[in-house]
Amino acid sequence: MLPSVPALRSPLLTPPVPPLPHPKGRPVTLTAPETPAPPRRAATSPPPRPGAARRAWRTLSPYAYIAPFFTLFAAFGLFPLLYTAFVSLYRVELQTPGDMEWRGLGNYTALFGDSYFWTSLRNTFTIGVLSTVPQLAMALGLAHLLNYRMRGRTFLRTAILLPYATSVAAATLVFAQLFGRDFGLINYALGLIGIDPVDWQTGTLTSQIAVSTIVIWRWTGYNALIYLAGMQSIPDELYEAAAMDGASRWRQFFHVTLPGLRPTIVFTVIVSTIGATQLFGEPLLLEGSVSGGISHQYQTLGLYMYEQGWGFFHLGRAAAIAWVMFLLIVVLVGVNALIARRRSRGERREGSSGTERRRRTGRGTRTPYLSRARRTSRTHTDRTDRTDREEAGR
Amino acid sequence: MPIARAARRTAVRLGALALTGALLAACGGSPDSPSADSAGGKVTITVDLFGSFGYKEAGLYEEYEKLHPGVTIKQTDTEDEADYWKSLQTRLAGGGGLADVQGVEVGRIASVTQQQSDRFEDLRTYGADRLKGQFAEAKWAAATGRNGEVLGLGTDVGPEAMCYRTDLFRRAGLPTDREELARRWATWDGYLELGRQYKAKAPGRSAWLDSVGSLYSIMIGQQKERYYDASGKLIWENNPALREAWDHAVEAAEDGLSARLDQWSPQWNQAFAGGSFATIPCPAWMLGYIKGQAGEAGKGAWDIARLPGGAGNWGGSYLSVPKAAKHKKEAYELIAWLTAPEQQAKLFRKQGNFPSATGAIDQVADAKDPYFSDAPIGRIFGEAAKAAPVQVLGPHDQNIAQQITNALSEVERKGVSSEQAWSNARKGVENTLG
Repeated sequence: MLPSVPALRSPLLTPPVPPLPHPKGRPVTLTAPETPAPPRRAATSPPPRPGAARRAWRTLSPYAYIAPFFTLFAAFGLFPLLYTAFVSLYRVELQTPGDMEWRGLGNYTALFGDSYFWTSLRNTFTIGVLSTVPQLAMALGLAHLLNYRMRGRTFLRTAILLPYATSVAAATLVFAQLFGRDFGLINYALGLIGIDPVDWQTGTLTSQIAVSTIVIWRWTGYNALIYLAGMQSIPDELYEAAAMDGASRWRQFFHVTLPGLRPTIVFTVIVSTIGATQLFGEPLLLEGSVSGGISHQYQTLGLYMYEQGWGFFHLGRAAAIAWVMFLLIVVLVGVNALIARRRSRGERREGSSGTERRRRTGRGTRTPYLSRARRTSRTHTDRTDRTDREEAGR
Repeated sequence: MPIARAARRTAVRLGALALTGALLAACGGSPDSPSADSAGGKVTITVDLFGSFGYKEAGLYEEYEKLHPGVTIKQTDTEDEADYWKSLQTRLAGGGGLADVQGVEVGRIASVTQQQSDRFEDLRTYGADRLKGQFAEAKWAAATGRNGEVLGLGTDVGPEAMCYRTDLFRRAGLPTDREELARRWATWDGYLELGRQYKAKAPGRSAWLDSVGSLYSIMIGQQKERYYDASGKLIWENNPALREAWDHAVEAAEDGLSARLDQWSPQWNQAFAGGSFATIPCPAWMLGYIKGQAGEAGKGAWDIARLPGGAGNWGGSYLSVPKAAKHKKEAYELIAWLTAPEQQAKLFRKQGNFPSATGAIDQVADAKDPYFSDAPIGRIFGEAAKAAPVQVLGPHDQNIAQQITNALSEVERKGVSSEQAWSNARKGVENTLG
């Protein structure tokens, strides 16, 4: 562990702020006015300062502007969250919601001895990995390709988002047909190359692959667009410099694009983790079974919560699962953020020492192209830009 | 290169999207919200049902509207009963969004009488007592609450028979005459033996029956006591009759007699038209389902014979009026009319839902169905309805049955051993009852 360097961080994070001008242009004088004051004012002994209301508004207005969100959040976010916590301490059945029987933490302790809970937790994790990793990898590749200049680029960029715009239900129903054992298109295609039909829904791995495929199909385009936006904020000169140094496309991708995209990647990983933890519609609709297959082989946590709550009507237990899921997401996001912060902090340290070295030698450690670009871009920008882009378009 | 690939990918995507759009359009058309109220003597009665009750298809709503000017009937329908029940329970708990008439499956009626009698109208208030004599005694008793409340009026019952494909039987060299078959599969062992003969010469990749889950369900329907005893105690684990049904289902699975389909799944639906199985155990209400799935092409290919192992009952429903309904009196009048013997008889002839009104059973005794090779459905199902045992119902019948059929599917589709599957079922039931 290297010691942290707070002295280097502070100027970066808090740039000096120029003092704001005083809100009031002129100081109010309390001397008697030349013209007689209106009677209404004269009645009150200390006349209210004309700026007071405005100043109060200035202090309060930000709160007024954000109030609608927080009101709605309290009603539809916070209250259900707390009420769910309350319900999770009781035995409550949907048919008889009036009879609540205190169980304390019984619903939670029961979960830890519940093998279906552990199965669904494991499934959530494996489906999460099976869907997130290929999805983000493919999104990165797609974004890289879409970043090149080519004909119909805008069309392609829009088209890639279309799966995201389809409804989960419709997409899953189509995929359920494709993955059908007896009449499915995928098994038909496998049959053409001599592979026996696969019972996709029954096998543990095969059914999880089927579910992951739907997730990948729907979300790859969305993530690709986010990556694309991230890529466009990487300065062109880095690529120019890399190209001049003779770096191949692959090297450019790994040494310029990836480091530049790190914050974006962290964001997509966090969002995908949350999404994977809450995965529900796809496994529910694959066979229309709340148990996630005959052996719970692709039942996710969300689906198990639904089975307990709306299959068996055990609302208390379902609430306990909901809270465990919530805590799990908080922990996962926390871990994600921690890793990301540690990495970027390490980066910054390395980066700053690199800057110093660059200052001395004119050459950086991690991005050697940067300094070269600074030296060359003044004179060559126009020409290299065009040729580089044209080359990229081919 | 990347352009071409991306373009192709986009083309695939667009194709999928177009397909999705078409699907969405097909699924669209959400039910209208119940219209304002009885303005100027006009009443809109809302009816919320599951599966296929067939009232609309049989033209009964239209007839009722003609008989009662000013009344409009609006029906909403959920295909899967489990989904329907979920949403009904949610709305009962919330107290809003309920229709004037709600359907209740016989597997759920005990939950209504034992747990929710305060949420539904006691139909005695409207004079339902007078109708008691119209219905089979057991049908009436099952919807009666602890204090004698009448919580629903019986619609159909589910007397059981065996449906089979004569064309496939012929190609496998089996007899196709329904009387001869009934003799040869007088017992379930005889049925499985015929199945093994069929498998030896099976045409194409067709199997003897659709799924062992449906085999189990039809066999358990022949029993008086299934999951609970008369005192309401849970007995399923030590019920020898249930174990026998289980063992037969396991035998069918291990001998590879089943098409390994999940009942009510899209694949199961497709298999009706594809001819993936030669027999399917069929309660009366399944006839309409078969017609719907197998379509015109299946007409004349199907026939119906008596069930192996004696008479049984699977399913059947009730119509109830929730306390939160807007037009309770009008709703009661509608369901009293719909469940009257004449209407039940009409419904059976058109849709196949077998009447629970005793008077109607006699009226349809001569009914034949041309779709099923002119099988005497009135006689076959009428005899079954009379001989079927009066079942002991419990509040969690449906959920327990689901766990058991899931475990049987594991034997059928994954080759899990009978003991392992039985212990999985036991664990599943424990989890269900919580």
